[in-house]
Amino acid sequence: MLSFNGLVATSLLYVAVLFAVAFWADKRAERGQDGWLRSPLVYTLSLSIYCTAWTFYGAVGNATRSGLEYVTIYLGPTLVMVGWWVLLRRLVRIGRTQRITSIADLISSRYGKSNVLGVLVTLLAVTAATPYIALQLQSVTLSFLVFYPDPGDGAAPDTAGIAFWVAAGLAVFTILFGTRNLDVDERHHGIIMAIALEAIVKLVALVAVGAFVVFGVAGGPGAMMAQIEASPIDVWELRPDRWMTLVFLAAAAFICLPRMFHVMVVENSDERHLATAAWVFPLYLFLISLFVIPIAVTGLAVMPDGSNPDLFVLTLPLALDQGELALLAFLGGFSSATSMVIVASIALATMVSNHIVMPIWLSTRSGGATVSGDVRSIVIVSRRLSIFGVLVLGYLYYQISGGGTALSAIGLVAFVGVTQALPALVGGIFWRGASRIGAAAGVTLGFAVWLWTSFLPSFGEGALIPSAVFAEGPFGIAALRPTALFGIEGLDPLVHSVLWSMLLNTGAFVLGSLLSFPNPLERLQGATFVNIFRYADSPRGWSGRAAEAEDLLMMAQRIIGAAEAQALFEAEAAQQGKQGYLPDVTPSFLERLERELAGSVGAATAHAMLAQITGGMAVSVDDLMAVADEAQQILEYSSQLEAKSEELERTARQLREANEKLLALSIQKDGFLSQISHELRTPMTSIRSFSEILMGGDAMDDAERHRYSSIIHDETIRLTRLLDDLLDLSVLENGQVTLHEREETLASILDRAVAATEALQSERGMEIVRNRDKEAITLHTDSDRLAQVFINLIANAQKYCDAEAPRLTIAVRQSGGRPSVDFIDNGSGITSEAQAVIFEKFARGSDSHRESGAGLGLAICREIMARLGGGIRYVPGQGGAAFRVALPVARAEAA
Amino acid sequence: MTRPSEPLFLARQSYRRRRLADAAKVLPVLGTILLLMPILWKGGATTAGGLVYVFTVWALLILAVGLVSARLAREQPGDGGEAEGEGGP
Repeated sequence: MLSFNGLVATSLLYVAVLFAVAFWADKRAERGQDGWLRSPLVYTLSLSIYCTAWTFYGAVGNATRSGLEYVTIYLGPTLVMVGWWVLLRRLVRIGRTQRITSIADLISSRYGKSNVLGVLVTLLAVTAATPYIALQLQSVTLSFLVFYPDPGDGAAPDTAGIAFWVAAGLAVFTILFGTRNLDVDERHHGIIMAIALEAIVKLVALVAVGAFVVFGVAGGPGAMMAQIEASPIDVWELRPDRWMTLVFLAAAAFICLPRMFHVMVVENSDERHLATAAWVFPLYLFLISLFVIPIAVTGLAVMPDGSNPDLFVLTLPLALDQGELALLAFLGGFSSATSMVIVASIALATMVSNHIVMPIWLSTRSGGATVSGDVRSIVIVSRRLSIFGVLVLGYLYYQISGGGTALSAIGLVAFVGVTQALPALVGGIFWRGASRIGAAAGVTLGFAVWLWTSFLPSFGEGALIPSAVFAEGPFGIAALRPTALFGIEGLDPLVHSVLWSMLLNTGAFVLGSLLSFPNPLERLQGATFVNIFRYADSPRGWSGRAAEAEDLLMMAQRIIGAAEAQALFEAEAAQQGKQGYLPDVTPSFLERLERELAGSVGAATAHAMLAQITGGMAVSVDDLMAVADEAQQILEYSSQLEAKSEELERTARQLREANEKLLALSIQKDGFLSQISHELRTPMTSIRSFSEILMGGDAMDDAERHRYSSIIHDETIRLTRLLDDLLDLSVLENGQVTLHEREETLASILDRAVAATEALQSERGMEIVRNRDKEAITLHTDSDRLAQVFINLIANAQKYCDAEAPRLTIAVRQSGGRPSVDFIDNGSGITSEAQAVIFEKFARGSDSHRESGAGLGLAICREIMARLGGGIRYVPGQGGAAFRVALPVARAEAA
Repeated sequence: MTRPSEPLFLARQSYRRRRLADAAKVLPVLGTILLLMPILWKGGATTAGGLVYVFTVWALLILAVGLVSARLAREQPGDGGEAEGEGGP
């Protein structure tokens, strides 16, 4: 058998390995090589601190006393992990986005960063954890004693000494790796790595002992089952109330235990790790509990009567001469105890430091956070003192209680204690209506009921509460007896305590929340927590009050360190588009800064420190209204922007169209110029050539001379007409024309027009069909201009109508209340391609007859009609060319 | 604050993802019911029988949650169905 000194040496060696691993992991993390330090597996293994020495040794003891009941302690956490999607995912997201440092911080932050709640939950956690830590010290001490050589003289071994050195060693390790630096994100890579290693050691140790028992002692699983059936614990006296209560309690404690919250939420570096842990961690629990019954059954069969079943895991291999296996089991138990104590003391120290020490320190400084001095060092010292204090408490509890109570009983007392935070926690993240008053009432009442019904009685009847009180109640009030509240007797003490504490806790929480009215900050936080997946960013908790960026930088430097703070401020300034280290103090910046600070000193303290600088409370109802107004304004502004951009788009489209039109006009202008030059050139050329002939021609008779000079004369007239037309068009287009309006009937205007075209008429003999009755309309307009339009149309018909017996019908009609005159000939009409351009300048129909005019006639007509307030357009499908002249409406009156 | 209106119909992939999330929500309920079953077999229950039952249910639960979680994690790197959020560092 291994000597006691050899065992001590082995333990020290093991601790040295843990030191090395933790140191190495911290170094790697510092260098940024933390790839697999943050793997899902390491995360999952770190969760195994749920399995403490209570599991490692206590589960077998529990199984020998109550059979399968021990398994409930692992089924609860299994169910929580299986339901990770519902609760844990939410918790982890909140923890990451809000920079939560502990469960007390979460509850305080949720209920308006109330430090009162933080203090309450911290007190609760410390009270509940103290016996738990004592339990770990006790189990390590007991396991050491197993190897202690019997001195033979009856002298008791120095148990207190062993416990003391264990506690001192743990304090040193925890302080070294738990508070080396004040991490902004509060993660401890070294410790997590060491704990992952310990998780493997304890699993391997327990499975090794179990496998040895099943395969080495019993001779296979079948034989083992037979042994179980033959053993005294095979009769399973299942107690439904305890079974249900224990599953619930274990599940609740798994969420609420400060150390579990720490590894699960605070140390989490990636939400996706939960998806892996969701099945790997239940598997871990499965393997841990698989061999408990076989070990218990074998222990009962092999070990002498009266041996402590809580130590079967260790004593069984020893009794069967398996020294190495016993050593492994010892290391497993040692690992379970130490990892729990380390993480628990870090978690508790964070809470104590952030919610008790820092607020007190802040309040003693009259100048607030702006006075000189390094807050960082204060925080670290307060953490170290807190770790030390927590371990001293545990040690004292161990000394006072003297050990001896069954391990599992102490563990369950602690579970019921931490579970008192459950209603405030779960209510806080699912129910927006949960308020600070309700949470405080619930936690306080639950705490009190737990103390009275579970914690104080756990010291034993008559130890802290006199036996008389157990029998008759305090001051003789039977309804308040610690084990029979409200006179209900006969319940299992654990079920009794859980039932009443949870009922009263939840009742007070709900009632308090329903009746109270939360302050604005609480409501903001409530909305943020409950809708954590809906809003990526939290609503703003700060209003833009005067705060100097420089003061803020000074404070931030002293909390998160100079380099980090400067980097943060510089990044913010850069984001605002500024140079240097001093960004504008915007509400969103304050919000972000507060979260960063909260990562180091907790939400409530960070909030208080910022409030000192910015002056007073962060939000008031007015601010909330302002925020709402602002949001409304932003909404309006954005819709205005949208409208503006639509308008811009429309304008751009119009500009584009105008541009196209201008381009077309420019092309048209070029075409017009070349047309004009062409039109001017042709008569000029013939005038020049005929005048040259006249100048040089002596042998020329009069007839020839007359002919040439009349050609020159005609061409001159044509030129003049062209220039007249151009001038006319230009005047009309520029709107410089003056109208000579007077009364005249349509009939007389038409008469003048027809008469004016008589000269051309004779040649081809076009018949003009009119209906004089309908033409009896008196018009008030510039009748000369109108006549000009009619003349043009009649002349056009004479020129271009290609029918054998040309006929022009002039029909007056009323369409839509305004009179119009149609000029319809019986020719072949105008092709549809030509219809589109006939009103343009220099556009001509087919040049079937003699060339005459420059193609300006219809363009002039259109301009004239536009000036007169009427219109002219081509009407297709009338069996020939048909033009409709709409007469000016306002001037038209029936005769 | 008005909630953003949710679409009535989802693409097949999003639909699958939602139902997978539903499965993840149902599993703990199913597990609780199964693991509380022993309450109903009062009298004549043995530790050996209970051991086999509890550990079988446990193993199946681990298997089921393993399958669901792996798919959930694969289909949505970063985060959950309700919103897009920050992923891991």
